[in-house]
Amino acid sequence: MIENRPGLTVLSHAVLMLGVLAVGFPLYVTFVASTLRVEEIMSVPMPLLPGDQFVQNYTQVLAAGSTTGSTAAASRMLFNSLVMALAISLGKITISIIASFAIVYFRFPLRNFFFWMIFITLMLPVEVRIIPTYKVVADLGMLNSYVGLTLPLIASATATFLFRQFFLTVPEELAEAARIDGAGPLRFFRDVLLPLSRTSIAALFVIQFIYGWNQYLWPLLITSEESMYTVVIGINRMIVGGDAANEWHLIMATAMLALLPPALVVVLMQKWFVKGLVETEK
Amino acid sequence: MEKRVVFRSAWLPYALLAPQIAVTLVFFFWPAAQAAWFSLQLQDPFGLHTEFVGLQNFKELFADSNYLASFRTTAVFSSLVAFSGIAISLLFATMADRVLRGALAYKTLLIWPYAVAPAIAGVLWAFLFAPSIGIISYVLKRGGIDWNWVIDGDQAMLLVVIASVWKQISYNFLFFLAGLQSIPRPLIEAAAIDGAGPMRRFWTVVFPLLSPTTFFLLVVNIVYAFFDTFGVIDATTQGGPAQDTQILVYKVYYDGVKAADLGGSSAQSVILMFIVIVLTAVQFRFVERRVQYS
Repeated sequence: MIENRPGLTVLSHAVLMLGVLAVGFPLYVTFVASTLRVEEIMSVPMPLLPGDQFVQNYTQVLAAGSTTGSTAAASRMLFNSLVMALAISLGKITISIIASFAIVYFRFPLRNFFFWMIFITLMLPVEVRIIPTYKVVADLGMLNSYVGLTLPLIASATATFLFRQFFLTVPEELAEAARIDGAGPLRFFRDVLLPLSRTSIAALFVIQFIYGWNQYLWPLLITSEESMYTVVIGINRMIVGGDAANEWHLIMATAMLALLPPALVVVLMQKWFVKGLVETEK
Repeated sequence: MEKRVVFRSAWLPYALLAPQIAVTLVFFFWPAAQAAWFSLQLQDPFGLHTEFVGLQNFKELFADSNYLASFRTTAVFSSLVAFSGIAISLLFATMADRVLRGALAYKTLLIWPYAVAPAIAGVLWAFLFAPSIGIISYVLKRGGIDWNWVIDGDQAMLLVVIASVWKQISYNFLFFLAGLQSIPRPLIEAAAIDGAGPMRRFWTVVFPLLSPTTFFLLVVNIVYAFFDTFGVIDATTQGGPAQDTQILVYKVYYDGVKAADLGGSSAQSVILMFIVIVLTAVQFRFVERRVQYS
């Protein structure tokens, strides 16, 4: 605080509270809608206080999905989303950390070539190579499988960069000491580098978990069986027609279930989330 | 910077790189090369007959008024998303940087939308703005505004912009807050002693010092609007009404998956790759140069 201006402080609080309310409003309405009967939602304007259908609606979607649209149970879809988010985040971390270890701690022919190869993938997001990637996955027989859902998304230039940046800041003396003590590269990696990388791994995990959970286009393309839907896709499949034809109470209950896990990860692991966000963009 | 101390092994580094390189080759380079190859071909709708046609797909695209309209739509959409997203987050971040009490609570309550999938953000806002039952539509109609984004292209655009900006505010906010907190206090104190009020200090000291962050966010937001908003569009307008919200990425998907036009869709993919490469190059080159550092 440079100077005391009470008026400005009040204004700041007012703007921030307004912002918090505006940002939170859709979430509140979604929650309210998920506790109402469908007729209550259709009666314009819908009530703005929670109804008494909370247990009813959530049990319905968790066990059996919607009745007019997709009948995939939300419990199964949440499980698929969890598998996808975990496989993508852990897979990315694993293959990136060993790749950066090779690039930073070894000198070998074609080292720069491989580094650039990984770098260029930054410029090829899945959205621009939709059809051919789909073809490759179809040819490999990976449609409607967890491998097909996750493997094409686990190559990550950003994670490789992050670990490379971090390894470059690790003091030279540690590797020197390890070598003098007769430790090989794998021993050094396991006993020195991995423990040092703990916070970077946690930060990256948070970001990549959210990335994996929220994937949309890719699962939309390669899952056609209800048993393989992720929850984000499932919501899309529950919306079948115009305003009046949808079972909004069930759609909103599924939406709550879909957005709570990643939102909790952000709120509860805020410190690592912020660190991960700032570091992956450097 | 390079390490002086390195390990020696003829095979280990290759083995460590192998998984990453394998995935990159199979799922990035091979499909990208195929996209480039398909873009030079004409295929009949059943995939039975393929013919090499050179640059004809590209010529047709640039002669196609729908494709050019999609370029315009993407330009309008991404500038609206980037500018309004950046302006709103900068306002919040400046305010959050001022307040002492409740700063952490505000931060927590403003960053959670980052965790919401674009497609779900689309569904939430489509529900609020649903023409016949939406609560905001109801208020708008009471206020005399005829709200129906299903038939009105401008309103559809407004809807997808609101949903996209809502999701991105948290990201911009965090970067602006970090940027604001790294500005050296003595600079602002000096300006205050010279008699500059809060507004003057913001525009002459704080805002110029934030320019690296602002520029970085501008590029990130444009990339976000180009690609990550696919889910928002697919869950709400699906490019409609009458292609008024059909951004480039959505058209690649629509033409390739729904309309099964392999050559045309691949040619669009190649153009998009080119755009990403330019955006990435801009990000790397100009972030360092154009903007003022403290």
